[in-house]
Amino acid sequence: MSLLQVRNLIVEFPTRRGTLRALDDISFDIAPGEILGVVGESGAGKSLTGAAIIGLLEPPGRVAGGEIVLEGRRIDTLGYEQMRHIRGRRIGAIFQDPLTSLNPLYTVGRQLVETIRTHLPVGEAEARRRAVSLLQDTGIPAAEQRIDHYPHQFSGGMRQRVVIALALAAEPKLIVADEPTTALDVSIQAQIIQLLKRLCRERGAAVMLITHDMGVIAETCDRVAVMYAGRIAEIGPVREVIHQPAHPYTAGLMASIPDMDSDRERLNQIDGAMPRLNAIPQGCAYNPRCPRVFERCRQARPELLAAGATRAACWLHDTQVRP
Amino acid sequence: MNKTLARWYDSDVGYSFRTSPVAMVAAVIAFVCIFCSVFAGWVAPHNPFDLASLDLMDARLPPAWMEGGSAKYLLGTDDQGRDILSALIYGARISLVVGVVSVLLSVFVGVLLGLMAGFWGGWLDAFLMRLCDVMLSFPAILVALLIAGVGRALFPDAHESLAFGVLIFAIALTGWVQYARTVRGSTLVERGKEYVQAARVMGVPPLRIMLRHVLPNVLGPVLVLATIQVATAIITEATLSFLGVGVPPTSPSLGTLINNGNAVLFSGEWWVLVFPGAMLVLLALSVNLLGDWLRDALNPRLR
Amino acid sequence: MNAAVNTVNTAPLVVAHDLAKTFDVSAPWLNRVLERKPRTLLHAVDGVSFEIERGRTLALVGESGCGKSTVARLLVGLYEPTRGGMRFDGQDAQAAYRSSAGRQLRRRIQMIFQDPYASLNPRWLVEDIIAEPLREHGILSGKEAIRERVGELLRSVGLSALDMAKYPHQFSGGQRQRISIARALATAPEFLVCDEPTSALDVSVQAQVLNIMKDLQRERGLTYLFISHNLAVVRHVSDQVGVMYLGRLVELADKAELFARPRHPYTRMLLDAIPQMHAVGRARTPVQGEVPNPLNPPTGCAFHPRCPHANARCSAERPVLTSSGGVRVACHAVQEGRI
Repeated sequence: MSLLQVRNLIVEFPTRRGTLRALDDISFDIAPGEILGVVGESGAGKSLTGAAIIGLLEPPGRVAGGEIVLEGRRIDTLGYEQMRHIRGRRIGAIFQDPLTSLNPLYTVGRQLVETIRTHLPVGEAEARRRAVSLLQDTGIPAAEQRIDHYPHQFSGGMRQRVVIALALAAEPKLIVADEPTTALDVSIQAQIIQLLKRLCRERGAAVMLITHDMGVIAETCDRVAVMYAGRIAEIGPVREVIHQPAHPYTAGLMASIPDMDSDRERLNQIDGAMPRLNAIPQGCAYNPRCPRVFERCRQARPELLAAGATRAACWLHDTQVRP
Repeated sequence: MNKTLARWYDSDVGYSFRTSPVAMVAAVIAFVCIFCSVFAGWVAPHNPFDLASLDLMDARLPPAWMEGGSAKYLLGTDDQGRDILSALIYGARISLVVGVVSVLLSVFVGVLLGLMAGFWGGWLDAFLMRLCDVMLSFPAILVALLIAGVGRALFPDAHESLAFGVLIFAIALTGWVQYARTVRGSTLVERGKEYVQAARVMGVPPLRIMLRHVLPNVLGPVLVLATIQVATAIITEATLSFLGVGVPPTSPSLGTLINNGNAVLFSGEWWVLVFPGAMLVLLALSVNLLGDWLRDALNPRLR
Repeated sequence: MNAAVNTVNTAPLVVAHDLAKTFDVSAPWLNRVLERKPRTLLHAVDGVSFEIERGRTLALVGESGCGKSTVARLLVGLYEPTRGGMRFDGQDAQAAYRSSAGRQLRRRIQMIFQDPYASLNPRWLVEDIIAEPLREHGILSGKEAIRERVGELLRSVGLSALDMAKYPHQFSGGQRQRISIARALATAPEFLVCDEPTSALDVSVQAQVLNIMKDLQRERGLTYLFISHNLAVVRHVSDQVGVMYLGRLVELADKAELFARPRHPYTRMLLDAIPQMHAVGRARTPVQGEVPNPLNPPTGCAFHPRCPHANARCSAERPVLTSSGGVRVACHAVQEGRI
């Protein structure tokens, strides 16, 4: 049974110029212990998806349709108090900026212990013991002493390790990580990714890894969902999506990433830009920029259709319709 | 002009204005007050400063709707036969003039000093900020009293306009600090931004960068502060005039009128105090509310 | 005489020699006196030398705190070097910046910045933004002439001439970066310093901007100094690559050589650490440790605490950038032939 099921999720932002649909009918599953990558460019809606799942949508944004089901239970309709219990205990969160993810006024130990005791029925001493062992697990040296340090006494990479420890403190089954390595140096990125992967495998936690960096996705994830203009363009096993992309956008994206192995004169570029939320084209959102567009693309929006090992929202894979 | 107005109307600020009843009512009231003050000569039924037109027989008349009142003097007269309504309108004009001019002066000085402190930093910044700290440790009224008192002592037979000048200067002196600090903070932020560095790489002289690049970007909060401070300046002026050290007695402002009314309050002529007081409140309140709305309307975009 | 003319044309356009910049980040005087703290100096750049030939691109790579952005700012005159300097087309740049000859020099050197949202004045029309260098240097006068040139510049970066009547907030990040490029090209410069120009952009937009930059280089014979932390991008745009660590150059080589045979242990670590898109599920053991605090750099070679090949000499003696086989490396182990 899936750990997380997102069905036909719609997130809207009512503004005075009309309602903007930021997420338009998103559906995907995450199996227990799986690492799903959600990749896309700015404005595609990947961070919003994470925020909707954790229940931290900034008002006036709201879930306007569909459902989010965690371990068989609907969570998108829960009130604030109930959601507060879910957060931390069932879903852990890791955000981009380690500096602002930790409260600068409290020691690291106090924040860890607070999280543990909020969600698990343990005493102070036991919680502290667990906190120290968590810090050791995340590779922080001299954890016994450093547990009483303040966040500003840690370096950037160390802080992100603390944030990971905090996310895992209450033993959640799902971690939502929003760009966890973007603000870090390349050499630290590698360490943090390894750490996340190892810890989640050990604890059997599933991860929803949101990022714009395909390299990170390739190294870490089992499956990946490619988002475009608030919709999922393609979803499938990582190897297939990268090497045999079924959606023209995914193909274009892969081709425009400068990579270490080839030496091309010109990078492949996709002309134009992602449409703004108030100007999403009729039919398939990618049709104005697509090199393989045909008539059907402009008329109707494609569902996720089977395309080899992946699923792509593209009419090219509908045998009855494609030219 | 139309295009600018249309663009403003359609903007987020314009939308916020259109949907805020408080802002619209406050704007209307403020506009009416300003209009009456500017065109006082046409709006006011009488001229209370024209001694020849005063008639002692009409002194101490109550407002028109009360017994003994006359339609000629809608809000009654004071003990010299001056029409309260006309005195209100002329007084509001003086209050507004003093308030607006002193705010303009403190904005000019404050913004200039704030820009300099933020842009050049170093000892100039340290000196100016300590100066601000010193100024803030004095209560505004005391500073104004001091300046006004010194002014009178230095120039005892001074012409009326000099008295005005001293008053405006005194009120401006109490207000410039907040602009200086706000602008300094914003300048420090903008100075680090890359468009300023691009201008430096281009070779644009520092003065021009300060005035043409940084200044337009730091004026946002100043506008809000200035609007709210007009109300404060009006009240400060009224307080000073009430205390007798404000405007000269020949050009009574609302404060002077309130002072006069205070003297005759207990002899039953309440209208001499109440109406100028109500006008002062109305004026200050409407400007204040406008300033409040402006601050909220501009706030998310001030980031 | 003829020989002299010939050598001038093939000499490197930009020669940086022993560039160094130290920032005084001490606590305020009063605090220092009361708490008896010493002066704290930040050696952001500590002796960097390189050359860039006309029409070529040198990329400077490194992680945060390595000083590459400071080097960029030293070259364009935003900072004054504490030591060393740059020669531009044979002329002493630092002396020029200090004098009135700086104006001429600033026409020939321009800079593109990282943040597309902060590099354009939000209150100015795009036309004024691009026209500013034209007006400032008196290159053109008269509204019509200026307007036409601005339109030309916008077209050369793939935007429309009509865009000059808009404000920056009406454009996306990639478009703003193109406007920055148009502004930088207004004075027809020879040398462009680009400080992470595509780091803040999405991948597909980055591809567009990088392609434009390459096209412009080819058309106009521009010389670039390209600062980046993204080695894949650097591989695409550069001819030569310099790797910096804590304010020092540790390796300087032609691109192909650096990527095929990295010499310095830090370069190897960097190349190894990049998440590879085509190496799905690759397991690797990343080097431990983090970039040390630049305020308190390690003695000797700055990289020795993290280096698997460090020995006693590495912690005592600072390695010098020495040439071997066309590649310049600052590493004792490489010099001694240990690796």
